Amino acid sequence: METATLVERMRGILGAEGVISEHEQLRTYECDGLMSYRVVPRIVVLPETADQLQRIVQVCYEEGIPFVARGSGTGLSGGALPHEEGVLIALARMREIVEVDIPNQRVIVEPGVINLWVTQEVAPEGYYFAPDPSSQLVCSIGGTVAENSGGAHCLKYGFTTNHVTALEVVLPDGEVVHLGSKAPDPPGYDLLGAFVGSEGTLGIATKVTLRIVRQPETVKTLLAAFPTVDEAGAAVSEIIASGIIPSAAEIMDSLSIQAAEMAVHAGYPEGTGGILVAELDGPQAEVDHQFGEVERICRENHATEVRVARDEEERVVLWKGRKAALAAMGRISHDCYLQDSVVPRTALSDVLKKIAALSDEWGLRVANFFHAGDGNLHPLVLYDERIEGESEKAHELAGQIVLACLEYGGSITGEHGVGEDKKHYMPKMFTENDMNTMQLLRCAFDPHGLANPGKVFPTPRLCGEVPGPYKVHPLQKAGMAEMF
Amino acid sequence: MSVSEVAQVSVEDLQSIVGREHARDASEADAVDGVAPSFVVEPGTVEEASAVMKLAHEKGLKVTPRGSGTKIGWGNPPSEVDLIVSTARLNRLLEHAAGDLVTRVEAGMKLEDLQKELAGANQMLALDPPEAGATVGGIVAANASGPRRLRYGTVRDLLIGITVVLPNGTVAKAGGKVVKNVAGYDLGKLYTGSLGTLGLIVETIWRLHPIPETSRTVVVEVESPEEAGAAVQSLMHSTLVPTMIEVHRPESNGATVAALIEGIEPGVLAQSVSALELTRLHGDARVLERDEVAGFWRDALKTPWDESGVGLKIGALPAELPNILQLVSDAAERNGLTPRVTGHAATGVTLVGLSGGDDEGYAAMVQELREIIGSGEGSVVVVQGSPELKRKVDAWGAVGDSLPLMRRVKGRFDPGALMNPGRFVGGI
Repeated sequence: METATLVERMRGILGAEGVISEHEQLRTYECDGLMSYRVVPRIVVLPETADQLQRIVQVCYEEGIPFVARGSGTGLSGGALPHEEGVLIALARMREIVEVDIPNQRVIVEPGVINLWVTQEVAPEGYYFAPDPSSQLVCSIGGTVAENSGGAHCLKYGFTTNHVTALEVVLPDGEVVHLGSKAPDPPGYDLLGAFVGSEGTLGIATKVTLRIVRQPETVKTLLAAFPTVDEAGAAVSEIIASGIIPSAAEIMDSLSIQAAEMAVHAGYPEGTGGILVAELDGPQAEVDHQFGEVERICRENHATEVRVARDEEERVVLWKGRKAALAAMGRISHDCYLQDSVVPRTALSDVLKKIAALSDEWGLRVANFFHAGDGNLHPLVLYDERIEGESEKAHELAGQIVLACLEYGGSITGEHGVGEDKKHYMPKMFTENDMNTMQLLRCAFDPHGLANPGKVFPTPRLCGEVPGPYKVHPLQKAGMAEMF
Repeated sequence: MSVSEVAQVSVEDLQSIVGREHARDASEADAVDGVAPSFVVEPGTVEEASAVMKLAHEKGLKVTPRGSGTKIGWGNPPSEVDLIVSTARLNRLLEHAAGDLVTRVEAGMKLEDLQKELAGANQMLALDPPEAGATVGGIVAANASGPRRLRYGTVRDLLIGITVVLPNGTVAKAGGKVVKNVAGYDLGKLYTGSLGTLGLIVETIWRLHPIPETSRTVVVEVESPEEAGAAVQSLMHSTLVPTMIEVHRPESNGATVAALIEGIEPGVLAQSVSALELTRLHGDARVLERDEVAGFWRDALKTPWDESGVGLKIGALPAELPNILQLVSDAAERNGLTPRVTGHAATGVTLVGLSGGDDEGYAAMVQELREIIGSGEGSVVVVQGSPELKRKVDAWGAVGDSLPLMRRVKGRFDPGALMNPGRFVGGI
């Protein structure tokens, strides 16, 4: 279909203001939060209703046009990177909070609703939405669902997948289906569970039913400074071994501390090599007791200073350095490349040593800040793209770090998703059979491979026995993909 | 599969894969809802399981996976079964990384055996389905759960990795050994509750929890379904974090609501005092003495049906509890049946045992419940009933507009429809 005709068809559905086709305007959408990949989409459409969205997808299906859904574009793996031949479907105009049901602890929202709005909506009733990625001020629920986002507090409360109970979805063939249920244990396959975290490759959610969680009676936060990052890690292991599950346990290494110090002037003690921010929440009496234990464990592991937040204001201050760490990297490095690998918690110390050795070997600094409770590392390779070849070097070093994490039984991504950025690591973690089996699911949802094609999996694969109007896939014709 | 094609496979073929002692002709006791298989095979390794499945695939045998068989009566009667693939010998604990709160186990390991191993490190897999002797693989396949789901969730919240043998013998895994992991599709969730219709689960990886130090139980006797609902709501919306909030209604008047509070002593003590204050507004409330606790929970958590009765599992919104309790009493009375009810009240799961009637009456009751509960958000599943009853009413009830998609998923994973044909939703 000619682009002009496509624009006309889409205008017919959305009106002129819902379709973007000017090159300069299209460029606004050329990347998501991972700016090293850029593709200008053919057109951008901005539906306001589920019905419009369905009609958009129907057109794509009839014409065999790939489409990519985008929420707020904060993703860090290029999951919302546009397809150059395709339609980018931006969901920012679908922002209604449809239902708040406190007695049943559910909220139903449209996909463009901002993550934090949910908590703001139910906070007066004593509730919140648990998944809290650092981007929660701006990221959308649709994106949170697509990426199965985590956050600092998922050690105790789980990920998005544990907090979504139902979805209304437009499938890649334009059909609307309801997955899951507001009520528990709907009979049938848990396609909801399969959909959450599928990174836009199985369809587009138009309505999301969320589970909300009662605010804890109390939250207590401490910041402990250690001479080394190893000692901070040992403290976390001991806390968890003692039977305490902190709601958050975040560690920063010396480079991250340096950056955070420059940004927020936290006044960390001289000679600090590792900072732990730990938080406990729950019933007062339990938290009070366990908090004493956590303090004791920190001191026994040679914490030089333990700061305890006495109120919400002080709590925010303790978190500030950690939350600022990423943004603050610009103060100590011209560029940085963020990774998101995971290792079993008990391997943290060994993996950090390995990362340090790799850093020496490649001659690039690597800062580490991580969710220590669940072993989710965010190694940050520091480099200067103005220096010839350094950008490539940084990416290669980051790749070596991912491989090191896999050696210890870890994962290539803990919360940012595979997207475009990490798909070539998939074969390092999964066998051909594993990926082919995942592809069976994909083929059931999207036999023509139109939904966010080329993401997550390294080689494009096609599904056999395709019903419907679509003909030989151009990739297959060109010998670039195999029929699956 | 016709007899002649099954006849192409002999027990010796299976024995050549797993050894003489581990494949045999099926007996009457191996029947699934009255449908008799030809053979039972017990692979001892994933490789053997794969070879068995490959053979079954080549010969077109209909396969029913089986763990301990505690839930073999779930779902609709199968249209055919040729081969039972038992995971009884796939029962090893492969790894317990205590420091990571993670364990990797073969599917045929019994949950109670696993718990004994984990308890040594003061840890547990936070699943407590009522079926004694169930294997972890069977629990995943049936998505079995118990009262602790309020605090810890169900299989989908605890399973972090899975290895399966597809109907054609291919071995595939998803997830991994780390709790936080978003690489690839979450096939663990797809297999959870799939009742053996997508393949054979052979290995599972779980996130674990520490065993709580101590507990207290708060019990409130209420007079009406409304008060039961109010008591449950008062606990749900408090800042207390009970492990379970259960409702127990052995007869059609009054009910007991009970909360189990677990944790460390100071926390448990304070929470039980608060729970008492909240619930005493709705009935006669007290904290159980230590020596009463075990006996109380044994009764309260007993599955509300016996071997001859009918068992239903209702999934509904938790705030609907009073309506559900009333509806069950009224519908049972209209159909001349005796109901017993227990439920994981704060999660919306209600278990109903029915006795004193015939299949006509049970079927009428199920239909009546489905007309009301199934028309909104909710489901009524027959988890125990005769094959005759399940021929009158589908065991699962309607699944809504995602059924065609479920059929497409089934078609991709099991194009020959060899796995447990007919037992799952919509005739899958």
